[in-house]
Amino acid sequence: MITVECKNVGIRYKTGDLKSIGLKEFVIKKITRTYSVKEFWANKNINFSLEKGDMLGIIGSNGAGKSTLLKAITGILIPKKGTIKTKGSIAALLELASGFDNDMTVRENTYLRGALLGYTREFLDEKYDEIISFAELENFQDHSFKQLSSGMKSRLAFSIACLVSPDIIILDEVLSVGDGAFKKKSGDKMREILGQGITGMLVSHSASQVRELCNKVLWLDHGNQIAFSDDVELLMNAYEEFLITKELPKNHDDIVKLSEAFEKRMEEKRLEEAKSEAEKLQAILEAGETESSIQAAVNILKKNRPELLA
Amino acid sequence: MLENLIKNRIHKFKKYRFLFSELVSRDFQQKYKRTILGMFWSILSPLLHLLIMKVVFTEFFGRSTPHYTTYLFSGTLVMSYYKESTQHGMRSLMENHKIISKINVPKYLFLFSKNVSSLVNFALTLSVYFLFCLLDGIHFGPHMLALIYPIICLAIMNIGIGMILSALFVFFRDIQYFYELFLTLLTYMSAIFYRIDKFSPETQRLFLINPVFVVINYFRSVVIDGVIPSLPYHGLMLFYSLFYLTIGCIIYKKYNTEFVYYF
Repeated sequence: MITVECKNVGIRYKTGDLKSIGLKEFVIKKITRTYSVKEFWANKNINFSLEKGDMLGIIGSNGAGKSTLLKAITGILIPKKGTIKTKGSIAALLELASGFDNDMTVRENTYLRGALLGYTREFLDEKYDEIISFAELENFQDHSFKQLSSGMKSRLAFSIACLVSPDIIILDEVLSVGDGAFKKKSGDKMREILGQGITGMLVSHSASQVRELCNKVLWLDHGNQIAFSDDVELLMNAYEEFLITKELPKNHDDIVKLSEAFEKRMEEKRLEEAKSEAEKLQAILEAGETESSIQAAVNILKKNRPELLA
Repeated sequence: MLENLIKNRIHKFKKYRFLFSELVSRDFQQKYKRTILGMFWSILSPLLHLLIMKVVFTEFFGRSTPHYTTYLFSGTLVMSYYKESTQHGMRSLMENHKIISKINVPKYLFLFSKNVSSLVNFALTLSVYFLFCLLDGIHFGPHMLALIYPIICLAIMNIGIGMILSALFVFFRDIQYFYELFLTLLTYMSAIFYRIDKFSPETQRLFLINPVFVVINYFRSVVIDGVIPSLPYHGLMLFYSLFYLTIGCIIYKKYNTEFVYYF
């Protein structure tokens, strides 16, 4: 079943003398005819569709139009061209802790956020304890929100968005929240809810995260769709190579080439590392005292060639 | 067609009812955070305001005006509701821009919730107003029920003006200073502490351009004189409230997806 479908989507975005311009400045600029609003295509001709249970990774350098696309999918922006169809409720996970109220308690903020995401009071009553315990904030429920650390705030934001089980979840640079332990927990949770058939969209600058979580990848660059594919390995290889060489692929062959180049680069890197480790090993064995040098040698071998020890 | 539209509306209302109540409760908390007097402050503040006016103006205008305290209070009561409601309404979109630019919820909810908390505040002050009327020897009768009409009209107009201002405020931040200035002007033009019957009939008619004065005058007419104003007067009030509401709705409809660019 298709849950998200974008057909020939084009979104225009405006910038220029719009933001925080005073009335005086506006009048002056109008009179001197220097008032300029730039309208540009933040997204051009985007085509993709997601099935239930898919996790889409949206990649691309800054200004590629990733966030604009997500805004259009949530319905905040209306595409100028093409159509976006979505099925079911959408939970957009905000950037970290924005949109919370600092003077309200954790409990009140949880309910407010839940309400914003479109859930009923009964539903939240039922889920509340689960949300709090997942965010590990049991002892802070009636503390005012500003007393929380930023890690705690984003943990709460994540818990609310994930535990209320939407049909479509949108994650904009938010998965890298909290400390290492929570990061693992949230990653596990993501995999779990995707297993339940929730459709997800993830914007991330971490390539390893996309590789790990996503089964489809959409690559954008300056509003253009470079590629959309379920061959995550290939696309991510090509993307990482692109980040190094800044060569944009024009077609599928280019992508394959980039991917191969990346694999080669990785292989070289591995060889180089192995070489330097081998040199280290040699140096230790030549110079060291017996016991400690053997120990060091074993450590290095364990890391690089475990099969030799087994 | 119409049936579907209504069904759709009801569905939407149900969907957002919980969010709306959460927003209202948030607005209340924001308003009274860290004030020891809490809710009482909202009653005390207009009373102190009234006291100052009374001390200052009784000497000049009070002697010739019967029930001068009630006369003054009618003015400050309506004016402070109008001010609070529109000033808070003006900020409602900007204050929530982080939410609006990330989650797709109807934008008017933020404005409505501000208006509800202002209305509750007004209701509190209104009860004190009636207490003062009692002390001032005002005759209470069924005609007092007519006051519901101007209150409804004013509440609708406040929403409309709030919509217009909140949209303008997104586009031009300095509108707040202009509006403050305008409110000062409006306060002096609303005959809060003086009487208008010393002016020529033409000038008196000019006062009717000011919708806030129209409401204040209605209050005074009913409470002090015990007279319910004429039918055209009711029509004028209805016209003002629907006029501003319509403009507000048109602006919101037109710029609904434009606001995001300005945050």
